[in-house]
Amino acid sequence: MKIKGKVFKFGDNIDTDQIYPGRYLELTEHKEIAKHAMEGVDPEFVKKVNKGDLIVAGNNFGCGSSREHAVITLKKSGVNTIIAESFARIFFRNCINLGLPVLICPGITREAKENDILKINLKTGLIYNINNKKELKGEHLSERILNILNEGGIKPLLKNS
Amino acid sequence: MHAVEKILARASGNDEVSSSNIVTANVDFVEINDLYLQVIKSFYEMNGYKVWNPDKVSFVFDHYSPSPTIKAADNHKKMREFCRKQGIKNLFDINEGVCHQVLPEAGLVFPGMILVATDSHTTTHGAFGAFGTGVGATDLATILISGKLWFKVPEVVKIEINGKLKSGVMAKDIILHILGDLGQSAAVYKAIEFTGSVIEELPVDERMALCNMTVEMGAKTSYIQPDDITLNYLKQRVKRDYTIPETDKNYKFANNYNYDISNLEPVAAKPHSIDNVDYVKNIEDVKVDQVFIGTCTGGRVNDISVAANILSGKKISENVRLIVIPASKEVYKKSIEKGYIQSLIESGATISAPGCGPCLGAHQGVIAAGETCVTTSSRNFPGRMGSTEANIYSASPYVAAYSALRGKLAYK
Repeated sequence: MKIKGKVFKFGDNIDTDQIYPGRYLELTEHKEIAKHAMEGVDPEFVKKVNKGDLIVAGNNFGCGSSREHAVITLKKSGVNTIIAESFARIFFRNCINLGLPVLICPGITREAKENDILKINLKTGLIYNINNKKELKGEHLSERILNILNEGGIKPLLKNS
Repeated sequence: MHAVEKILARASGNDEVSSSNIVTANVDFVEINDLYLQVIKSFYEMNGYKVWNPDKVSFVFDHYSPSPTIKAADNHKKMREFCRKQGIKNLFDINEGVCHQVLPEAGLVFPGMILVATDSHTTTHGAFGAFGTGVGATDLATILISGKLWFKVPEVVKIEINGKLKSGVMAKDIILHILGDLGQSAAVYKAIEFTGSVIEELPVDERMALCNMTVEMGAKTSYIQPDDITLNYLKQRVKRDYTIPETDKNYKFANNYNYDISNLEPVAAKPHSIDNVDYVKNIEDVKVDQVFIGTCTGGRVNDISVAANILSGKKISENVRLIVIPASKEVYKKSIEKGYIQSLIESGATISAPGCGPCLGAHQGVIAAGETCVTTSSRNFPGRMGSTEANIYSASPYVAAYSALRGKLAYK
């Protein structure tokens, strides 16, 4: 899976309340959920983000609650891949399950800035920054995870198997 | 092997497992809360027809309970219908309380079990020697279909706590102190075991508070070796046999931390992260608009008794709203029997129905821009309890009660 997209950059410990505030947890339609992506940290994010864009973040991205809405809102608002120094456990799992690629890449916040264009090879974990021409290597995703991502998540995988 | 590994080994049919192994384990019990209609949607999207075992499934209405909006009411309605259709008897409706309090009270949590719930604070059940962990809707739906889930066997971190607790210092202070020291990503994907002389003396309510907040360090699960205090709690409730796992003597922990808490004083996590911890004595000039005592972290009988004892016969500051929400119906009833609720109401408190209350910013005491709230709940992320322009201080019920009394952050 090869991906190319524009960076939206965030700091450390971005929690699920910032990604998707608790007052919207009653929503169940994905189109409605998509309207509140990153609202707790940048209320303008949904207006700026386009299909295929990337999130680059610091440590422990997605910490806090187990809400799957946090993944649905990012995916449905157009975010294609999240690259972070590290991820919180439940969020990471939810992303894989819903087919949103996540890559752990120590050093990424140093080497990528807002609006940079990155090319990503999910299979090798290689990330190339077109703006500063630097290449970084993210942690290798297991075959099992790549297989789920290739199918677009657990649900299509189960349906197709 | 560690006791946590033995739980995963038994449930996955392996003689031995070790950290970073991926195992597929039989899940003993699941809980779905009222934020997660998506579980039912995912269940049907994945061609689910009948849940694998209706007696091992529970629904708890706590986060949006009683329903504050038509949408939340509709979600509850659909969940009740699902329970009826699937023969799920463990439906804890709006009159019961927070899942992590309700399940142990109902005797559904026991040592050595694997408990999976759609809530990050499922780590709480390590207080009973159970493997409790939180997942999202899709993972939970796969369990509803198959009864199984894959797990990465976690490394185990040991935190030993010795010394003698000063008066006015609670489990909440201990865990905040540890969070302040180690940081909020110190245990991502790991299990945390608590041991030491302080743990041996802690009552069940306080052990639960400690284990509850391990997820704020990123932990996958937590563990306290069951002892007489645990068994005394369980014997009145659990109606089935269980085996208590024990860690092998030669087990090597991924990390060992030692704390002597004899000099620990009341602390609070300042805005806007839970590891931004300071002594209350250093931040006493902070004026407070609202105090909240409740939730799966700080709404148990012990918490309410601490607050009632401080506020009995006194009036809270006229500048403060005090909201008290017992974690469950049982907590509520006991607190009434003991006279705590009467004392709190007379001091000026507002009591709301058992549930999560304003912890997640949905209802029952959401805060406005520019306001400051002291809460016994576990999170102070920006916007967690309402406006992103509000300030949240997370502290013990002891600090919360004194803060309500003084109208500012206080511990005496």
